[in-house]
Amino acid sequence: MSATLTPACRPADYRSAVKPIWCPGCGDYHVLMAFTRAFAELGVRPEQVAVVSGIGCSSRIPAYMNCYGFHGVHGRSLAVAAGLKIVRPDLMVVVASGDGDGYSIGGNHFLHACRRNVDLTYVVMDNHIYGMTKGQPSPTTEPDFDTALVPGGTGMRPFHPLVIALASGANFVARAFSGNPAETAAIIAEAVRHPGFSFVEVLSPCVTYRPDQRAWKDRVHRAPVDATDDAARAARRVMTDDGFNLGVLYRGNRPPYAPPIGKAVTDLSELEREFEI
Amino acid sequence: MSADAPRASSLVDLYAIAYQIEADAVERYAMLADQMEMHNNPALVDVFRGLARAEGIHRDEICRMAGDFDIVAHARKVARWQLGESPESADLGAAHYLMTPHDALQMALAAEQAALEFFRELLAGTQDPEVRRFAAELVEEEAGHVALCHRLLERHLPPAGGGPAGDPDPSVSQA
Repeated sequence: MSATLTPACRPADYRSAVKPIWCPGCGDYHVLMAFTRAFAELGVRPEQVAVVSGIGCSSRIPAYMNCYGFHGVHGRSLAVAAGLKIVRPDLMVVVASGDGDGYSIGGNHFLHACRRNVDLTYVVMDNHIYGMTKGQPSPTTEPDFDTALVPGGTGMRPFHPLVIALASGANFVARAFSGNPAETAAIIAEAVRHPGFSFVEVLSPCVTYRPDQRAWKDRVHRAPVDATDDAARAARRVMTDDGFNLGVLYRGNRPPYAPPIGKAVTDLSELEREFEI
Repeated sequence: MSADAPRASSLVDLYAIAYQIEADAVERYAMLADQMEMHNNPALVDVFRGLARAEGIHRDEICRMAGDFDIVAHARKVARWQLGESPESADLGAAHYLMTPHDALQMALAAEQAALEFFRELLAGTQDPEVRRFAAELVEEEAGHVALCHRLLERHLPPAGGGPAGDPDPSVSQA
């Protein structure tokens, strides 16, 4: 980490020297830009931030950032992040995931992270496909998405992450589009400022396996109504919208889960004694 | 000018807006150059690095003109587009690993034309003589960039074969 940063960090100060290997045209480049802009907007220094991820294209983000990072186990980023935030409440913890990592392999952790309401920000880059493993359908893939890998489509109803998040107790729910990095950065910054578990779904096109998603930039639009603090109302809205409403959709007021931290163990033999038979 | 575009009510506002436009352009061209480097398209690396370098010279020139004034901090306050990106931002979503110098120059042309249009509208919408003078300089500069892109495009014609349209390795799921 750089030791020569100016007091007010610029977005570039949060970028590492590692060059992304995403496909040119991938929406995740924009999300990376949005992360760095949001962090600069929040005025946090790199050593005050931890970005935790699982596995997948989107989960490569920690490598491209100049802050603490943890590229963890598939679907388990929220468990790692919750533990980190509980023992290091001074850190700003942001979790990066994708629709496969977050809603399938990590689906159970998603439910309980919403319910637990630890003060985290969860950003899921949703492209409705497993891009890293070459285009298998994910939980948010449309049932009639017909490809050589899934002839005729899956026929299965897609998972609705925003409704699940609201039903499970997330304290802040928003949808953004990667092609609008300025707006996405503003939403991420607000999500971080909002106490408790904040969930931001970012529609992030996979131009390689879903070239049709290049058209998303013409389909997205601002949500026609302001955010509500009524989870049931927010859920009804997102269940009946077209999937392209952008903005903050729900701001809750549940207090975050923040258990008291016990005394830190400095002597390993203390821990060993607990396991003695 | 779009409703979400920032307004320049003073010369330092315009410095900040112009700085942000150039800084965003540098960021995007540098990202595109990195992408092409990672995807082994060396001709495009040179094109995008050159574009980033050129925009960086303009950005640094604006900083120099602003003198001791903290143009970066001021840009954070006044140079914000609420609904979209600053006008000279290249469309990262249009990138392709097989794009050609022609494609890159078309991308740059679109960005330069958007910047030219922005400064023209800003010039037309302000009465402040200092702002008008500098906005006119920026219009002239961007018009020069548009003309340069057109000249370069004459030298870099669309490829007869290859490029994104001739991708020999299309994605499996689209086959």
